[in-house]
Amino acid sequence: MLIDQVLFYVLAVLILGSAVMTITRRNVVYSAVWLISTLVGVAGIFLLQGAEFLAGVQVIVYIGGIMVLFLFVIMLVPLEEEASQRRFSNQKWLALATGLAVLAMLAVIVVRGIGSLDHPGPAPPPGPASLTQNSEAVGRVLFTEYLLPFELASILLLVAIIGAIVMSKARRRQTES
Amino acid sequence: MEVTTSHYVVLSTLLMLVGVIGILTRRNILVLLMSVELILNAVNINLIAFSASQQQVHGQVFSIFVITVAAAEAAVGLGILIALFRNKHTVHADEIDLLRW
Repeated sequence: MLIDQVLFYVLAVLILGSAVMTITRRNVVYSAVWLISTLVGVAGIFLLQGAEFLAGVQVIVYIGGIMVLFLFVIMLVPLEEEASQRRFSNQKWLALATGLAVLAMLAVIVVRGIGSLDHPGPAPPPGPASLTQNSEAVGRVLFTEYLLPFELASILLLVAIIGAIVMSKARRRQTES
Repeated sequence: MEVTTSHYVVLSTLLMLVGVIGILTRRNILVLLMSVELILNAVNINLIAFSASQQQVHGQVFSIFVITVAAAEAAVGLGILIALFRNKHTVHADEIDLLRW
């Protein structure tokens, strides 16, 4: 139990610290590297909660896929002029106030709900979709109960691939004419 | 003090707050997209925490779908960004005011 607490607080500090560094760095490459550190922390939280399969998916898809994509795009955009310009938009104080208002609203919700959260009544009996063998359980539910959303997700990915190619492709015919 | 579900909810709230402030304050579209990823990760932490506390696997399946949508969003968003940079030569959100009059 003690090791759980220590790991949770270490990971929480890693996640929140890296997230703050992500949104405050001037250089976008540093932001991306700090975001990778945040994602590693979230994968650790998944492991702590017994979601081993998702921790693997997080590392492979987020860090191996999405962040590499980000870094590729960062290399396509010149950074020299970027580094000399101001980071934050004109309405940054208004935006910060809005952010604190969001925090106040979320805090009210969380504080009100937290009492019932830790005493959820009797835990439901572990059904066929319980958490014993993680990858096996996830796979079984994914390919039976969530089969249609799973196929829709694959179509979504196909559409996203085609859309990304179409949008980032150079329009040769327009530039020639 | 034992680590309970509410700890994870508080962590997820704070992570989402950092993402929201990032979206509201920064000018660079790349950082805006990264802030969206932060918010989606906050959602995933919540889903996993409730999945563990209810001893049900459905939260993890939803989390997989969230990661799928995040991947699609990143691909399309970065494609839009490349097209924008080719046409406008800027990555600053407040300089892209083509639809404003």
